[in-house]
Amino acid sequence: MKYPDHIKVRKKKTRSQNLAFVSFGIISFGIVAILIVILSFIVFHGFKALSWDFISKMPEDGMTKGGIFPAIIGTLYLVAGSMLFAFPIGVMSGIYINEYAKDGYIKRFIQMMTNNLAGVPSIVFGLFGMSLFVNKLKFGDSILAGSLTLGLLALPVVIRTTEEALKAIDNSFRIGSLALGASKWQTTKRVVMPMAFPNVITGLILSIGRVSGETAPILFTVAAYFLPKLPHSIFDQVMALPYHLYVISTSGTNIEASRGIAYGTALVLIILVLIANLLANALRRYFGKKVKMN
Amino acid sequence: MNKIETRNVNLHYGDFHALKGITMSIVENSVTALIGPSGCGKSTYLRLFNRMNDLISNVKIEGDVLVEGKDIYERGVDVDELRKRVGMVFQKPNPFPKTIFENVAYGLRVNGINDKEFIAERVERSLAQSALWGEVKDKLKKSAFELSGGQQQRLCIARALAIEPTVLLMDEPASALDPLSTAKIEELIYELKDKYTIIIVTHNMQQAGRVSDRTAFFYMGELIEADETKVIFTNPKNVRTQNYITGRFG
Repeated sequence: MKYPDHIKVRKKKTRSQNLAFVSFGIISFGIVAILIVILSFIVFHGFKALSWDFISKMPEDGMTKGGIFPAIIGTLYLVAGSMLFAFPIGVMSGIYINEYAKDGYIKRFIQMMTNNLAGVPSIVFGLFGMSLFVNKLKFGDSILAGSLTLGLLALPVVIRTTEEALKAIDNSFRIGSLALGASKWQTTKRVVMPMAFPNVITGLILSIGRVSGETAPILFTVAAYFLPKLPHSIFDQVMALPYHLYVISTSGTNIEASRGIAYGTALVLIILVLIANLLANALRRYFGKKVKMN
Repeated sequence: MNKIETRNVNLHYGDFHALKGITMSIVENSVTALIGPSGCGKSTYLRLFNRMNDLISNVKIEGDVLVEGKDIYERGVDVDELRKRVGMVFQKPNPFPKTIFENVAYGLRVNGINDKEFIAERVERSLAQSALWGEVKDKLKKSAFELSGGQQQRLCIARALAIEPTVLLMDEPASALDPLSTAKIEELIYELKDKYTIIIVTHNMQQAGRVSDRTAFFYMGELIEADETKVIFTNPKNVRTQNYITGRFG
């Protein structure tokens, strides 16, 4: 196309575009590379420690030998317990905020507070959990107290992802349902939630990852330094993988001798989170299929 | 007989005066077309009758809206019950991400009906009424999203018919469809008017002329003129109606 002569046409800046493209690409791959380096470092050092005995036996000799079985079980209990608490409550709050609460001060206040909750340092959750669950409610250092504390930490993640998942559902589905005489709850339960649920599961995945690796919140609420037996009830203390890792790397009886076990513990923790994510993803696909999108 | 009546209805969205003192009657078992330029209030007027305007915050409604002689904005009116009697079809087809069968069964299920045989029978009848049964009878278990846009819209009509409303509101039901699908929808409207009172909002003059018995012309929130369609199209009393119909503005 020809413009009049006095109109200046700026050339397209192909070079700067290419430069941006290449540099953004390098940065992205750099991030992936960092992750790969961390993972291979842990796998490389931890792999030697892995064995059937390592994941099925009690720790021995001041935690310089033996396995990490009680810590694995403890972490599984804590992840399950915290999710049992945080997931339903978080999903319900998310539904309330997005489907029921009218736009206005109250809704914005709840959203602001949820965001603030997400920003609270985890050690503060630990202290709060200790004073409320352990001392005030007299649960003692226990799976219950630890799960509730970890659950509080996971709540904002679940709430936010639920909210986002619901927000993504086109309003025409809600209106179509209401126009057929369905109540708001029927609309939410039968149309909106089934569509949003696969994305709600994302919140579950994120929180499992977060919760299973947290040390500070369980420090004062549940974690045992050394407890070579399994819990009998939710009022028992347990060992947990992240805390065990912390203990044998910083304040064990013989830190040098425990080094291999420390890497092994880290590897087991990563594998557990990976398995949990895979399970949650399978769940996500299952719920995704139930909605007949095509 | 008048199925629906509005007496001096005023509606405000916040500061915006969207409907200005509308008084009009809608005859039973007939098709009434609401026409007018964008933003004239015709869709807002349509949404009065199943109280869809309630979903928008900051709406104020004054005046009487009578459906079958009863004011539907009185206190204590069951809105879900009203929406069973006054069905609605939207501009964009909005089937649920469920099977074709479940889409039509949905209105029955949310209204507490669980009898399998009854539901199956009603689903078939509704799909037949909306001229879709022949095309979908072998794939009722397939997702509604596999249907074409025109089929989806007829599915939405079937969905609305399944709970046996007496009034059917249609908000530009064919504006997102191709000419062939549009023709099918128009044919359908023509057939349905024996049993239903239909109110249709449309931007398409020819469509209003083809399908409706009566036409109401809205402009800037006011009802300018409402009469039999042939009168509106051949001998309108108001000059603004005439200008709009002949395409001089709009």
